[in-house]
Amino acid sequence: MKSIILHAAARVLVALLLLFSVFMLLRGHNLPGGGFIGGLIGAVGFVVYAIACDVREARAALRVAPEDLAMAGLGIALVGGLMAALFGDAFFTGQWLFIGATEDSKGLPLSSVLVFDIGVYLVVMGSILTLVFNLEGDD
Amino acid sequence: MADDYGEQTPAMAVVGWLPVVLSVALFALFVPMLGPVGAGETLRYSWEWAPSLGIDLSFWIDGLSLMFALLITGIGALIHLYSARYLRGHPQFGRFALYLTAFELAMLGLVLADSLITLFVFWELTTITSFLLIGFNHYDPASRRNATQALFVTGAGGMALLAGLIILGAAAGTFELSEIRASMGNLGEHVLYTPIAILFLLAAFTKSAQVPFHFWLPNAMAAPTPVSAYLHSATMVKAGVYLLARMHPNLSGTDLWAWSLTILGGITAVFASIMAVKQTDMKQTLAYTTLMALGTLTLYLASDVPYAITGAMTFLLVHSLYKAALFLIAGIVDHRTGTRDLEILGGLGRTMPLTALAAALAASSMAGFPPFIGFIGKEILYAGGERLAEFQIWTLGAGIAANALMVAVAGIVAFKPFWRPAGGEAMRTPVEAATMMLVGPAILGALSLYFGLFPGGLQNDLIHPAVNAVMGEKVKAAELKLWAGVNVALFLSLATFALGFILYGLHVRLRERLAAMGERAPSFDVGWDALLRGLVFGARRLTRTIQTGVLRDYVRYTFLTLLALLGGALIFNTEPVYVWPKFPVFEIPGLLVCLLIFSGALLATLTSSRITAIAGLGAVGIGVALIFIVFSAPDVAITQLLVETLIVVLFAAAALRLPKLPRLTGSSKVRWGDALVSVAIGSVIAALIIQIVAVPLDLRLTEYFEVTSFPEAFGRNIVNVILVDFRALDTFGEITVVVVAALGAYALLRPTRRKEDDA
Repeated sequence: MKSIILHAAARVLVALLLLFSVFMLLRGHNLPGGGFIGGLIGAVGFVVYAIACDVREARAALRVAPEDLAMAGLGIALVGGLMAALFGDAFFTGQWLFIGATEDSKGLPLSSVLVFDIGVYLVVMGSILTLVFNLEGDD
Repeated sequence: MADDYGEQTPAMAVVGWLPVVLSVALFALFVPMLGPVGAGETLRYSWEWAPSLGIDLSFWIDGLSLMFALLITGIGALIHLYSARYLRGHPQFGRFALYLTAFELAMLGLVLADSLITLFVFWELTTITSFLLIGFNHYDPASRRNATQALFVTGAGGMALLAGLIILGAAAGTFELSEIRASMGNLGEHVLYTPIAILFLLAAFTKSAQVPFHFWLPNAMAAPTPVSAYLHSATMVKAGVYLLARMHPNLSGTDLWAWSLTILGGITAVFASIMAVKQTDMKQTLAYTTLMALGTLTLYLASDVPYAITGAMTFLLVHSLYKAALFLIAGIVDHRTGTRDLEILGGLGRTMPLTALAAALAASSMAGFPPFIGFIGKEILYAGGERLAEFQIWTLGAGIAANALMVAVAGIVAFKPFWRPAGGEAMRTPVEAATMMLVGPAILGALSLYFGLFPGGLQNDLIHPAVNAVMGEKVKAAELKLWAGVNVALFLSLATFALGFILYGLHVRLRERLAAMGERAPSFDVGWDALLRGLVFGARRLTRTIQTGVLRDYVRYTFLTLLALLGGALIFNTEPVYVWPKFPVFEIPGLLVCLLIFSGALLATLTSSRITAIAGLGAVGIGVALIFIVFSAPDVAITQLLVETLIVVLFAAAALRLPKLPRLTGSSKVRWGDALVSVAIGSVIAALIIQIVAVPLDLRLTEYFEVTSFPEAFGRNIVNVILVDFRALDTFGEITVVVVAALGAYALLRPTRRKEDDA
């Protein structure tokens, strides 16, 4: 089932969806979004690509195996939790760094919580793509 | 010299010496504590472990734990030295040394633990290391079987211990033994005494192999000999005795305690001594004498009489010394002659004089000859038994029978193989034992003699502090004296010797009789195997009944269970509140959403096409997402929408790969049954929701998160802040499940594809 229109649109769509998924991931702490939703959107992007073109092409576009992505995500989430140990806090205590903070602005907030959320993002995306790619088949 | 295992690498030589050095260092660490502990002090060390659960990693050292600690590290050092030579060049010697050292530390932790949780953790560690050591010859099926048997029996005891200590901890409000002792005292009158005592007794009896849980211990002799000497004689099996002694101040003094310990201990002691005579394998004989010792210790811990407790503590030390030595000698004999068959062995005294001497020393202590410490131990046991208020005859009778048989067994294992003519050809021509292997038995045998000649220091530094610890207060313990004057105990001793010599003279005939009887008697081992087979069979039947492999069956079971639980809760709710709720969704958008959900559900139910049914369910999901939007929960709504989208894609992909199945319509009977379940579930959930909304919503949590989300976690999206910060550990657990599920699906789907590739 190849549709030329979908095929042509897919490339743009995937790029937009991926960009959007990262956007959702990053804004998650203050506005609707977050790692879980971001991961789902990212997965949808690749699913669209796999339906429009081919699972093999989608795999090539992803570059790494989705199951590796999921496991790497789990590892990153764990690292995010363990970061607290460096500062002597309990497992999963959020650690924050405000770069360039001034009197009236917080500057650029970086945190172990964000690391954890990136892990969640990768886990969700990787797991769903593992399922979809295998179900759709490479043939 | 015949070496069984070939060349030894230099690295392995270091590995062999490391545990020896460690044990000696630990021993040296404990020796200076003798002074303060002997003076009645209790040393306590504590670290926070899981403070939020009130669990500390805490140790205390009183007379009892110090005696055990010295035995564990002292005998441990000798055993490590012995095994370095015994298993020299064994390809897996490194593994062995690691297991044995791990066991030693676990055992040490067990006897020093103050917190019950600490005690339990180390208790289980000894079980696990024991399993690994019994199964060390893992290529041998019998070894593996015996290892699992020991693991199951002692593991079941561990479960009982866990349950018991949780009840005790809950009753006392603390898990620290020292605090429980100070605040609760004797629990005899406590409401929960019976369950606590039964659970602790189960743990102790399985670990210390009391009848009827004894059968695993002789089987544990499948382990290499140093392991038998250390774990299954001198230390680990005494963990049960230790537990009884440790809990003595809290749990003793009741009928339950006195009866169960007296009866089981007595039966174990006599039964084991008889079985010991029956065996022809030197290690098996010693294994049963260990059972006898454990039975005797249990028997004497039944009472509250300081004399009896002194007897138990003295005998515990005596037994550890001579039994470890005798096991090590059995290993030497096995090593040098290639057999442990007592009917074959003989005349070894001429070629192995030093081994024979060490054996004679240890066995004399076992038989209770003066001037060995074994004699003093036995005298005090008799004197203690004589002072009991009840069970006097039973205790003394069991004691005399068991001790007389010990005299006979001492002759069988330490006199006959060395000084009587051989009954058959050994596999090798024996030579004297290697020095490294002789050091252990020699030191232990010499100590048995030394302590017998000079019992004063032993009494003041070790035995009396231990007795005080077991009694929970300072008591007047029995004096350790070689000559206590002409008294009842002395006459009982003389009677024991006479009986013992007669039994030794008759032991060959006795053995034949017992063997003939044994063939008719039911075997615990056969029973055990039948039990395991029954368990596996039952599990298989149950699995076949429940796990049909048909998805709709699983769904049906799940919903029926849910129905039973929720319906039950609704029916038994004493104050049901049924207030018809006001529906804020009775406006046009709300109604439309409801209509969408309803028609989606109807479509999914009525259609006979899979794809249509999936689309119908998708419509339901989108309807639910719309409800979330109406109630302004954008995060949940977005997630719901995305998940629904992906589910439809996944379902469609899966459905395309399925073989052509019959249409969805099953038989009408099945369909009506399904309809009934669905309607019932729907009604129960509706009734539940009506009840829930009738009660005002508890907003405390919501308010907490609203207030703290930004100042504490720097985030305004409460849902996300909860997910990644407040409850990050939960999220971590969830994403782990997600990954595991994905990997499981990956493993399931992968092979099918490969097959297609091949085709």
